[in-house]
Amino acid sequence: MEKAIKRYFPLFALPTMIAFAIGFIIPFLYGIFLSFCKFTTVVDWEWKGLENYTKIFVIDGKLDTSFLHSIWYTALFTVVSMIIINVVAFAIGMALTKGIKGTNLFRTVFFLPNLIGGIVLSYIWLMIFNAILQNFSKTIVTSQWTAFWGMVVVVCWQQIGYMMIIYVAGIQNIPGELIEAAKIDGANSWQLLKSVTLPMLMPTITICSFLTLTNGFKLFDQNLALTGGNPGRMSQLLALNIYDTMYGTTGWQGVGQAKAVIFFILVAIIAVAQNKLTTSKEVQG
Amino acid sequence: MEKKKKVKNKPEVSTVRQAKHGGVLSAVFGIICLLWISPMLVVLLNSFKRKAFIFRYPFGFSSKSISEGWDAFIEGAKTIFCGTLNYTNGLKQTNFWSCFGNSLFITVGSVLLIILCCSMCAWYIVRVNNRTTKIMYTLCLFSMIVPFQMVMFTLSKFANMLKLSNPVGILLVYLGFGAGLAVFMFTGFVKSISLEIEEAAMIDGCNPIQTYFRVVFPILKPTTVTVAILEAMWVWNDYLLPSLVLNINKYKTIPIAVQFLKQSHGQVDWGAMMAVLVLSILPIVIFYIICQKYIIEGVLAGAVKG
Repeated sequence: MEKAIKRYFPLFALPTMIAFAIGFIIPFLYGIFLSFCKFTTVVDWEWKGLENYTKIFVIDGKLDTSFLHSIWYTALFTVVSMIIINVVAFAIGMALTKGIKGTNLFRTVFFLPNLIGGIVLSYIWLMIFNAILQNFSKTIVTSQWTAFWGMVVVVCWQQIGYMMIIYVAGIQNIPGELIEAAKIDGANSWQLLKSVTLPMLMPTITICSFLTLTNGFKLFDQNLALTGGNPGRMSQLLALNIYDTMYGTTGWQGVGQAKAVIFFILVAIIAVAQNKLTTSKEVQG
Repeated sequence: MEKKKKVKNKPEVSTVRQAKHGGVLSAVFGIICLLWISPMLVVLLNSFKRKAFIFRYPFGFSSKSISEGWDAFIEGAKTIFCGTLNYTNGLKQTNFWSCFGNSLFITVGSVLLIILCCSMCAWYIVRVNNRTTKIMYTLCLFSMIVPFQMVMFTLSKFANMLKLSNPVGILLVYLGFGAGLAVFMFTGFVKSISLEIEEAAMIDGCNPIQTYFRVVFPILKPTTVTVAILEAMWVWNDYLLPSLVLNINKYKTIPIAVQFLKQSHGQVDWGAMMAVLVLSILPIVIFYIICQKYIIEGVLAGAVKG
């Protein structure tokens, strides 16, 4: 049978592979190559070695901290939003598995913002933030911290419903006997949560944490629409910083591409760590 | 004996307690839910206000307080509301219906293409087990962790060179960039299908094409739904890829149109913006209400596997 199928390679696998090569493999490899070049289009490259990589941090002999700022700003944003999203999503998930009337409706409503894309979502909130903040004669881009909390609110609103759905599934998978047994042994609800529910939910918590982590790291649309990196590029997350370097200033495409390579390595490290953690959990569990 | 009693009593007690608190909790959650969607309701409300009044009375119904009397309140409402004026403006400024058409065409087209090509490719990868297919699978997995910024410049330039900067060409780009997730999900499912059914079909004289479309593809349905929903959510809401790949002077998708509404004029026309936002949310809400069961299941399956 294998041989029979093998002859059909051009029909079954080739279309996807061609598209995959155009859409991913070639741009990826060529992107790595271009990060060592000076270029404005893909054909006029000029080999520069590691110059682009040093230009990220040092310009004309002076230290440039804008990329480093963007890294720690992104890291802080990611951690803060990850914690808030997971805690709230877990709390709602717990409440919605207690069999309250209308649970299905509530779940539906909480999930809804997740379906709306980052750009549209951000303009909804931009209007609301500015409507509220005008009373204090501020806007969302008054300082990098108003921008920061604005973005946190937006991603929380977007992702809490999604994570809640995953938590609900996880909580429902905990065997009922386990909870009954703990209750018979006289565990109060805090002990129940700490010693039964949370340990049993560890796989779910890992999944949700990493999903929010990577989402936070890759965040772009919300950043672009809500703050545009303002004030003065201070609220640029990594993805927007790269975009801005690449398309905002001519002659800096190479540096932007080099930043993108570093960005890719950071995201890859997170992904590998997640993979290690989930597989080791599976062995134990 | 006592223990047994406890076991019996316990559930009863908790159900009684639940019934008692159930009503209160439902009410609390009802209010939270209302607050949760209130941003959308505010946008809906403001989409009917004159643009000059949106930021002056963002959350109110009238420029006059109701304590000044009902007539004054109605009069105030008449000054700040302008009917569907914002909608006509917004539709004209963004050329909304053509954007909607582009978005719909690109989403439906790329999802169909991804499902057809990637499920076939996944079946091939699982059934023909050699080094080439192993490399293909590993590359697909790898592509899932690469952020778009890594390839955006080269991809958009290549797409321009290959004349893919139109709604048809971009389908190929989406197939390429979306293949990773789709192939990964389909291979996971194909591995669980037993070979015997396919062998039986082959013995009965089916060639691989017939076997695939008559036997395998129908079995894949649950995964097909999941992949379709995940990819559709991604493509419909995607901003960066189409804005770089498409020739945006000619073809805009909805997110691009919304972003342009802000960029095109120095001063944002918040009235038109509100109307366009409502129009962009509406199709999603309708689609969600119709297939919410599939959407939630699909998202769940995607999250656990991915």
